[in-house]
Amino acid sequence: MPWFTRGRRRVTSRWPAHPDSYRDTFPGAVTPIDRPGEAVPAEIPAVCPTGAISRDGDRLHVDQGRCILCHRCVRQYPERFRFTIPAPAAHRDLLVVPALPETDDALAAVRAELARRTRLLRRSIHVRHVDAGSDGADEWEVLALLNPVYDIHRLGIFFTASPRHADVLLVTGVGSRGMAAPLARTLQAAPRPLVVIAAGTDAISGGLVHPTYATSGGIGDLIAATPDSAGATGAADGDPVRVDIWVPGSPPTPFALLHALLLAMGRLQ
Amino acid sequence: MTLTPLTADIAVWRTNILDRLASNRFASLFATAPPESDLRLTALLASAGSIDAIDVAVPRGSTSYPALSAVVPAASWYERKIHDLFGLEPLGHPRLDPLILPLREAQPRPLPGQRSAIPPLTPDEAAIPSRVLGHGVFTIPHGPVRSGVYESVEYLVETPGEDIPYVGIRVFAKHRGIERRFEDLDVSDGVLLAERVEGIASVAHALAFCHAVEDLAGVIPSPRDRSVRVIFAELERIANHLDVALKLADAAGLAVAVSRFGYHKERILRLIGAACGSRFGRGVVVPGGIGCEPAISPNALLTRLDDILREVFADADLLMQTPSFLDRLRGTGPLDPALARRHGALGPIGRASGFDDDDRWHRPYDEYSDLPQFPAVSSGSGDALARLEIRWSEIRSSAELIRQAVAHIAALSAPTAEPADVPAAIDRISGRGIGWAEAPQGEVVYVVECDDGRISRCAPRSASFHNLVLFHDVFAGDILTDFPFIEASFGLSIAGVAL
Repeated sequence: MPWFTRGRRRVTSRWPAHPDSYRDTFPGAVTPIDRPGEAVPAEIPAVCPTGAISRDGDRLHVDQGRCILCHRCVRQYPERFRFTIPAPAAHRDLLVVPALPETDDALAAVRAELARRTRLLRRSIHVRHVDAGSDGADEWEVLALLNPVYDIHRLGIFFTASPRHADVLLVTGVGSRGMAAPLARTLQAAPRPLVVIAAGTDAISGGLVHPTYATSGGIGDLIAATPDSAGATGAADGDPVRVDIWVPGSPPTPFALLHALLLAMGRLQ
Repeated sequence: MTLTPLTADIAVWRTNILDRLASNRFASLFATAPPESDLRLTALLASAGSIDAIDVAVPRGSTSYPALSAVVPAASWYERKIHDLFGLEPLGHPRLDPLILPLREAQPRPLPGQRSAIPPLTPDEAAIPSRVLGHGVFTIPHGPVRSGVYESVEYLVETPGEDIPYVGIRVFAKHRGIERRFEDLDVSDGVLLAERVEGIASVAHALAFCHAVEDLAGVIPSPRDRSVRVIFAELERIANHLDVALKLADAAGLAVAVSRFGYHKERILRLIGAACGSRFGRGVVVPGGIGCEPAISPNALLTRLDDILREVFADADLLMQTPSFLDRLRGTGPLDPALARRHGALGPIGRASGFDDDDRWHRPYDEYSDLPQFPAVSSGSGDALARLEIRWSEIRSSAELIRQAVAHIAALSAPTAEPADVPAAIDRISGRGIGWAEAPQGEVVYVVECDDGRISRCAPRSASFHNLVLFHDVFAGDILTDFPFIEASFGLSIAGVAL
């Protein structure tokens, strides 16, 4: 039987136009359960191997940019933590849930600046992926975006072979120091406007792998640590290159990556 | 190059290894730099039923030792790695270029085992000598950032235009210093890091790490836990093999096949995710047992798996009858059976060339000793097609193994309580343990040394590291457009090579 008879059943998600039950139920992020007036036992933050949990009076905060989803907190303190849908953010501080009060002001400015750059990218984008020291799982999840379930072509999103055609740089990995120079060259080759996405907990904070002698604390650190970062990564229009969108998850789920790409297009808030 | 006289110890060590290689397989070689004492070289040899370590001390202050790879070619990359990490020179090594961490002579080395802080080190490309082979030959740098979504690796393809006389492999861009990161973690955090050594084989790495720890502590997980481990390990194998089929179909430009295998792989990842909350089976294997009960019943899992595999095999059969696809694989990237045997090629790559040393049958762990064996059936032609055929037969045997494991679980009584924490026996262990597991890519070995429950040295060795060096030897007669087929048919992960 030839290939053209295969796969005629619709398997493609309708998200974001319609809800997707897999996206809504997959445990892709951890959020504290607020229990006002109840004291938080002091030993709770120590359950986290990457220090993502902090205590502030009777409130718990989880930094989803540090969480590696080992599920320990949810298993040991099911009344204190629950799973939620991972939400990529346009500001690093937004990954701390519940949000810290000082986040709001900085956020408005960042949103406006990102919107200015993404105005041209609304209809269709080309994405260049760069691995800067991933464990390999992140690449599987990025590749999954091309399978018929996510099928990002339906949304005008394409991967490109050359950084010269890229509107978005999707960077995975802990920020291995050996990738500093190749990443800087890629950034330099890319046109502007450019949106940089740090995909996954490793890329955001270094996760469990950082610190070692060979890693940076994520992609933001790696870009900043490049010796001639001003020259090599500075944009033609004078904007310094920095991470614009942060995608939690270890590795990030395909839906979280898709969400981040739609943020980069200004199609989602 | 003149060899320095062997010190008595190293001479005995070498003779010992060479003697045992008559019946054993060379599995690994690594060094350890314990604080305040001599550097230690450890060779691992795999025999029927076990993997054993043979140690030798390199006296303090020595900067070199006679290379083992002069007599055991399979040790070549291991000694390049030792040179990178310890600055110790194996004299008589055939090609001692930097591999995972190119540094200039004067720079400090990471010295795994030291348990002390070291300054950041940046791989220095200029430390790698460059050479080209002959008249009209030029190099095509392929990576680390290249077309498609790939892990960072640079292949320096030396070519006069079409043929590929030599491929340089540079993996250092991804080096993460993982071995040092293990130090001072406790074993329950150590297994989380092991899952991130090679993310697409998380379960196998967690298994090998836990087997090492359990070996050291003398702990045997419950029968039920041992069966659950088998289920997740085999699901991981199916996902990886589907990934290879997907990438081969992609290389051949078969759009429908790419979509179909992408869809099948997605469904397997979702099945794993539904059972444990992670699409990569993370958090399932912990020292002493399993970290969570499967969230769906084993029988429901089996039903879903059967549904998926029915479609997988229908598409696989069609793929294996598609002439434009088979033409690209047949005779492509052949690995010589004699070389496969001599090198001890692991996993599907070895099996496709007639060399089969599967940890599941030859050194059984967990429930595998109670399960039927499925020795690989291979034409032994060793080309990309043979490697794909091996993977199809492994998917079939994985399904059967899962079926049997589910039956075993059904025969056991249901668990009375949620899985407990790490058993007390493991909490405060000291000493050294060796553990192994058969990943989709082949054997993974971990040597874990602990001091009062804290890891003092952890040396993981993935099948990807052992097999990637064979890439040099499979381009005979192949041309540039065969490259993606050969790369995909190896099915390796660079994360597990560069560590």
